[in-house]
Amino acid sequence: MIEPENVPDSCPGPSSEGAGQMDGCAGCPNKQACSTGQFRTDTSPAEVLASLQCVRNKIVVLSGKGGVGKSTVTAQIARGLAALDLSVGVVDVDVCGPSLARILGVNGQSVHKSAAGWSPVYTLDDIAVMSIDFLLSSEEDAVIWRGAKKNGMIKDFLSSVDWGELDYLVIDTPPGTSDEHLAIVSLLKQAKITGTVLVTTPQEVSLGDVRKEINFCRKLRLPVIGLVENMARYECPKCRTVSEIFPATSGGAQALADSEGMPLICSIPVCPQVGQSGDNGVEGLDIPTEYGILVEQVIRFCDG
Amino acid sequence: AVVSTQSTGEVVAGISEIRNIITVLSGKGGVGKSTTVAVLAGTLASSGLSVGVLDADLCGPSLSRMIGLKGSIHSCEQGWLPLSASVGKGRISAVSLSFLVENQDEAVIWRGPKKTAMIKQFLSDVCWGALDYLLIDTPPGTSDEHMTIMEAIPNCSVVLVTSPQAVAAADVLRQVTFCKKTNANVLGIIETMSGFVCPNCSDCGLLFGKGGGKRLAEYCNIEFLGYVPIDPNLSRLLDRGELFKNFQSSASIQSYTEITKKLIKP
Repeated sequence: MIEPENVPDSCPGPSSEGAGQMDGCAGCPNKQACSTGQFRTDTSPAEVLASLQCVRNKIVVLSGKGGVGKSTVTAQIARGLAALDLSVGVVDVDVCGPSLARILGVNGQSVHKSAAGWSPVYTLDDIAVMSIDFLLSSEEDAVIWRGAKKNGMIKDFLSSVDWGELDYLVIDTPPGTSDEHLAIVSLLKQAKITGTVLVTTPQEVSLGDVRKEINFCRKLRLPVIGLVENMARYECPKCRTVSEIFPATSGGAQALADSEGMPLICSIPVCPQVGQSGDNGVEGLDIPTEYGILVEQVIRFCDG
Repeated sequence: AVVSTQSTGEVVAGISEIRNIITVLSGKGGVGKSTTVAVLAGTLASSGLSVGVLDADLCGPSLSRMIGLKGSIHSCEQGWLPLSASVGKGRISAVSLSFLVENQDEAVIWRGPKKTAMIKQFLSDVCWGALDYLLIDTPPGTSDEHMTIMEAIPNCSVVLVTSPQAVAAADVLRQVTFCKKTNANVLGIIETMSGFVCPNCSDCGLLFGKGGGKRLAEYCNIEFLGYVPIDPNLSRLLDRGELFKNFQSSASIQSYTEITKKLIKP
């Protein structure tokens, strides 16, 4: 099979979604050929489609900004869906910072491989989890991989895990718009992403990065369920004064949602119990009701 | 002078006259790496030192907004000229991808090799000059950007930033392993977002816990540089790019001042 030659560093991959049509394709001698799919030989999307054929809905949680609560939101969506007796899986493609396993209380466990693929680790509330955490021998192990190697792992997570029948697979991502994000979009090209949830905090420093993520979603034609504003406010437990911890200086997430023509699903307060329960890997007792609104919206979007 | 070599054996000319280079790492996103770089830079510069900042977070280059710098990078015969901002009596030179892109809302969808190439250029093709300090801001993770910096700057001095939570400390623990493997010289750990004092009743709320960074430092036998409290006023100043115009004392700035003293001790 002929491979494209003289490919620029910015090449998104000849088999990727948008091959030949991305900014990185400008000036490439293969641009025309790629956009007609001439070099699309990668069978990964077909393998992923086969592996996920019993997974009804695939949700991707994105941000662009780090530390806004993507993993927390992913865990809360999964827990909320599981509480409604839906079958749920989560996969953490943040291979450098795999927080999800800890938040769901399954860090340090091992996975087993059989003919059917890797068996995911199950939480107490029956959520199937796949994370690089289960492949590391120690919590001190660092995953010092360049982009291409990360892509290989992500492909394995989507095509080689025995997920079984799931109503929802929720995918947690690292911040940014790089290899991992392009890998997810490319790998799920045939299986189809059902919807994306974008997470931000109120300050412009976050909104700026999330704006880029929204543009990424637009460019790659990803369906967006809506925006979630996290850590929006904090109520002092002593005097009940509400403070803005990360003050919005440009209208916060509502202004961003309005300007981008997407719903602001909910605005979640800082809740120390959420952080603590995440650290301890247990289900929190006093979880903000806003997470319930988020779960309802995800279901509504997917069923619609 | 700090002389570094790229894998090709070429001297990384741009940074060859800089006396101290400190890379701020975390592993975890959103803990305050960029905030730390901005405030440390401001503290160093306002004490009369010549300071540069390099934002190696190409997908989410927050630093330029925080230090109130916008514009395009110009080149001269020797290479690219950094933009500069004044703080008190000092000046800070800065380089960021945001100075090279027209549309700030456009996503930078680059794979590893292109990010690597850009960071190498920031190190070798920018006329940094004879700075006392260059502070490098990084994205979360342990990937292309981080490996490129460590390869270009052998035994690079590193400051690690974490928030108090176990979830954050777990990522930073992996970053400690990264530092060992790349022979980085870890100067210490800073714990940010460590407590919030209610403006009404002064109750100190531990929104994200406290002590996780200190415990990590003890576990790894690394110096604990200090706690930085949650400071909405600082967040506001950084959002508006007004930090250097208002570089006055507040709880968080004081914490960073104490941390800076520990970093520049002989």
